[in-house]
Amino acid sequence: MIEYLTSQTFLLMILKMLIVFGGLMGAFAYLSLVERRVMAFVQMRPGPNRVGPFGLLQPIADGLKFLFKEQVRPTGANEWLYLIAPLISLVPALLSFAVIPFGPALQVTDLNVALLVVFAVGSLSVYGIVLGGWASNSKYPLIASMRSSAQMISYELSLTLSVVGVLMLANTLSLVKLVESQEGMWFGFIPKWNIFFQPVAFIIYMIAATAETNRLPFDLAESEQELVSGWHTEYSGMKFAMYMIAEYGNLTATVCIATILFFGGWNGPSFGPDWLRLILPTIWFVLKIAVFIFIYVLARSTVPRIRYDQLMRFGWKYMLPIALANILITSFLVAIS
Amino acid sequence: MIEAIFFLFAALAVGAAINVLVQKHVLYSALSLIVLLVSMSGLFILLEADFLAVINVIVYAGAIMVLFVFVIMLLNLPADEDGADRLRWLKFLGIPMALFLLFMILATLWNVGSETLVERQTAGTPEAIGRSLFTDYLLPFEVTSLLILIALMGAVVFAKKEL
Repeated sequence: MIEYLTSQTFLLMILKMLIVFGGLMGAFAYLSLVERRVMAFVQMRPGPNRVGPFGLLQPIADGLKFLFKEQVRPTGANEWLYLIAPLISLVPALLSFAVIPFGPALQVTDLNVALLVVFAVGSLSVYGIVLGGWASNSKYPLIASMRSSAQMISYELSLTLSVVGVLMLANTLSLVKLVESQEGMWFGFIPKWNIFFQPVAFIIYMIAATAETNRLPFDLAESEQELVSGWHTEYSGMKFAMYMIAEYGNLTATVCIATILFFGGWNGPSFGPDWLRLILPTIWFVLKIAVFIFIYVLARSTVPRIRYDQLMRFGWKYMLPIALANILITSFLVAIS
Repeated sequence: MIEAIFFLFAALAVGAAINVLVQKHVLYSALSLIVLLVSMSGLFILLEADFLAVINVIVYAGAIMVLFVFVIMLLNLPADEDGADRLRWLKFLGIPMALFLLFMILATLWNVGSETLVERQTAGTPEAIGRSLFTDYLLPFEVTSLLILIALMGAVVFAKKEL
């Protein structure tokens, strides 16, 4: 036991965990700033620019404010469920990063079912929203959590089915092997990314992932015009911050999976001295994620929210049949080639 | 190390299973059931059955239990106080059923013998499970899919007043 705890593999794993966890926490803090600033620019207003140069110290100010806020519990709220619901939301959101490869050297653990682990953990994150809304003993959060549970189940089907086509092409469930299967170029300049084989799957995945992460135009669970602030109306201080971190965590995790499945993960041009070659894959990966997140932020500031019946009809009558047809056609093509 | 993790998940599973039965409020029972399913997945991982563990979480904890919780919240059931009285006769049916279950578990444990798990480490991979599903267990697999299809059609018939 002691030998294992002092062995090199264990210490290396701890180091990787610290890098991934610390990097993500910093990224989430600044994601809130990026989101507010970019949305402000789209709407032609300055956004938060008072704290530090260009508002760069805003996340620190926010964090301090969250820490020192008085803890309020609504009357009649369920005592311990109200307390642990943000945790139930946060833990799955961070857990999925344990299997996501940020580069050939930077992955906490590799499993042969890593992709399914991400989906499994993501399917648990709905309980944080549902229980938080229920435990608040307030009508708007309750409506939000009911909507959310129905929405999550409906779109989880299309989300999981959309990746089956890619899995049939790559013939593996391991995220590292999925990235490695997309190495190389055609004619020297077109990268061998799965997006060129599976464009329909990519569109289905992105729409379903938007619904799963409760982002506009699918943020029926939050919809501030009807439901105040949705399931976290009654939350403030650090508990509210946990929900925010969980939201950004889920967003980043789905974007990571989209990059790995469709855009070649950490693949990219490699050059320069050895130390540069070591960190370049991670840089490519982070850049690809950043582009995706920027698109998500732009979508949030431009697209209107859809109605609840439209959401359900779209999920069951269009997304699901298209995802199933994509699987059928892909399996047919794989079988004849 | 492995033993410590096993006892952690086993204790969690047994505790959650007992909690499912003793809780008065049906939502707490459902939540305990989720804890039970997740800790069972932990035990599956210790048995090198990663695929089974993950599917267990996706299907039961992530989908079916969400529906349970959704329905419980939709009906907004109060804490169950006098529910036991209505089903009093079930208590007498329960004793032989519990004895039968105990007998089945003991019989299974007796038959397992000393077969070690190390020999079957590759049985838990998706490839191995897929291969045995579509060769040795093809008929049960197809019959199950047919059963699910019939249940699906039944649900549609119930949900829609006129087709």
